[in-house]
Amino acid sequence: MYAQMVKSEATNEDPEKLAAFQARIDAGEKIEPKEWMPEGYRKTLIRQIGQHAHSEIVGQLPEGNWITRAPTLERKAILLAKVQDEAGHGLYLYCAAETLGVSRDELTEALLSGKMKYSSIFNYPTLNWADIGAVGWLVDGAAIMNQVPLQRTSFGPYSRAMIRICKEESFHQRQGYDIMMKMAQGTPEQKAMAQDALNRFWYPSLMMFGPSDKDSVHSAQSMAWKIKINTNDELRQKFVDQTVPQAEYLGLTIPDPDLRWNEEKGGYDFSEPDWSEFFEVIKGNGPCNAERMEARQKAWDDGAWFREGLMAHAAKRAARKIAAE
Amino acid sequence: MSGEWPLWEIFIRGQHGLNHRHVGSLHAPDAEMAVKHARDVYTRRNEGVSIWVVRSAAITASSPSEKGPLFEPSNSKVYRHPTFFDIPEDVGKM
Ligand SMILES: [Fe+2]
Ligand SMILES: [Fe+2]
Repeated sequence: MYAQMVKSEATNEDPEKLAAFQARIDAGEKIEPKEWMPEGYRKTLIRQIGQHAHSEIVGQLPEGNWITRAPTLERKAILLAKVQDEAGHGLYLYCAAETLGVSRDELTEALLSGKMKYSSIFNYPTLNWADIGAVGWLVDGAAIMNQVPLQRTSFGPYSRAMIRICKEESFHQRQGYDIMMKMAQGTPEQKAMAQDALNRFWYPSLMMFGPSDKDSVHSAQSMAWKIKINTNDELRQKFVDQTVPQAEYLGLTIPDPDLRWNEEKGGYDFSEPDWSEFFEVIKGNGPCNAERMEARQKAWDDGAWFREGLMAHAAKRAARKIAAE
Repeated sequence: MSGEWPLWEIFIRGQHGLNHRHVGSLHAPDAEMAVKHARDVYTRRNEGVSIWVVRSAAITASSPSEKGPLFEPSNSKVYRHPTFFDIPEDVGKM
């Protein structure tokens, strides 16, 4: 998902304390920053929330690419508002991670050094306006699938950030689908562009949920801690079941010849994405990895004088105020 | 130096998982006493699971006269609400 393949950290602490902690989680209590928590819980959360935050921030790049070229002023204002929301999502999540004892700069540096990851999906290019529709519809759609259950996660600040984010996500998906409707009902060329965008974003969207983790020990620990609520396969299935009728309504074809309704399971059978491609993208070899990291590095470097300047200004004003008192 | 106890703003988390909410203020000589007072003043009926206290002097508030410039710009950005987009019901919840 926005956090893919997050390894859980082993924990070796007092078994009694661990049991009491687990009992609190099982009882549906929220864990708050200053309360005792296993080291593994804390580290896993920093990794997951941090990766989620990085994804929100890096995720602005493929969409930001089209702000200046949106087809109308209204579409431009809408896309700008959507990308602005994503910046906000990044900030909510960084703040939630910071309550666990990691600093904002540490997280940024871990992203820039490649120590921390962001979602694989943002390493794919947005080639034309239809892609902006596909991203809102599919990518935000997949993100919502994951974020809705995370509103119930056990860590208070993460849960509250998710509640805020989910309230804002519906707009994102709807503006994307609205673009797709316009394109699909447009000229044959426009409809072909919409189909092409769906073709290119379908499998990368399925990859967002990560490879099957039904046998993963990391996943089992995270689920026990309610850091993870559903398996990757469950969420992927839900996403496909929700999205296929939406594609049908648009008159577009899901690029999967093996897609069919399975009456018995009450869901669609569908093809797995190419997981070797996924692992290449995660390793840094996707079509846009280098470009994305360059953009983040440049923003960090170019912003340094500004961050430092404002701090210097604040220090000067504080000194002046003290002198005046 | 005045001997009057400073003012504190009190925030209570009503239930596990919720945000702390501002409930009022009180005077206390220091933070520890402020927490104790807040317990007595604001949670006598078990209204909370956690208390935050912040010196009132440490709070910077926007002024009422800034209401227009601060909040009016979002009035024209109706597209931030999901209902702005007409999505047919046949496609399911979105
Ligand atoms: Fe987001
Ligand atoms: Fe979004």
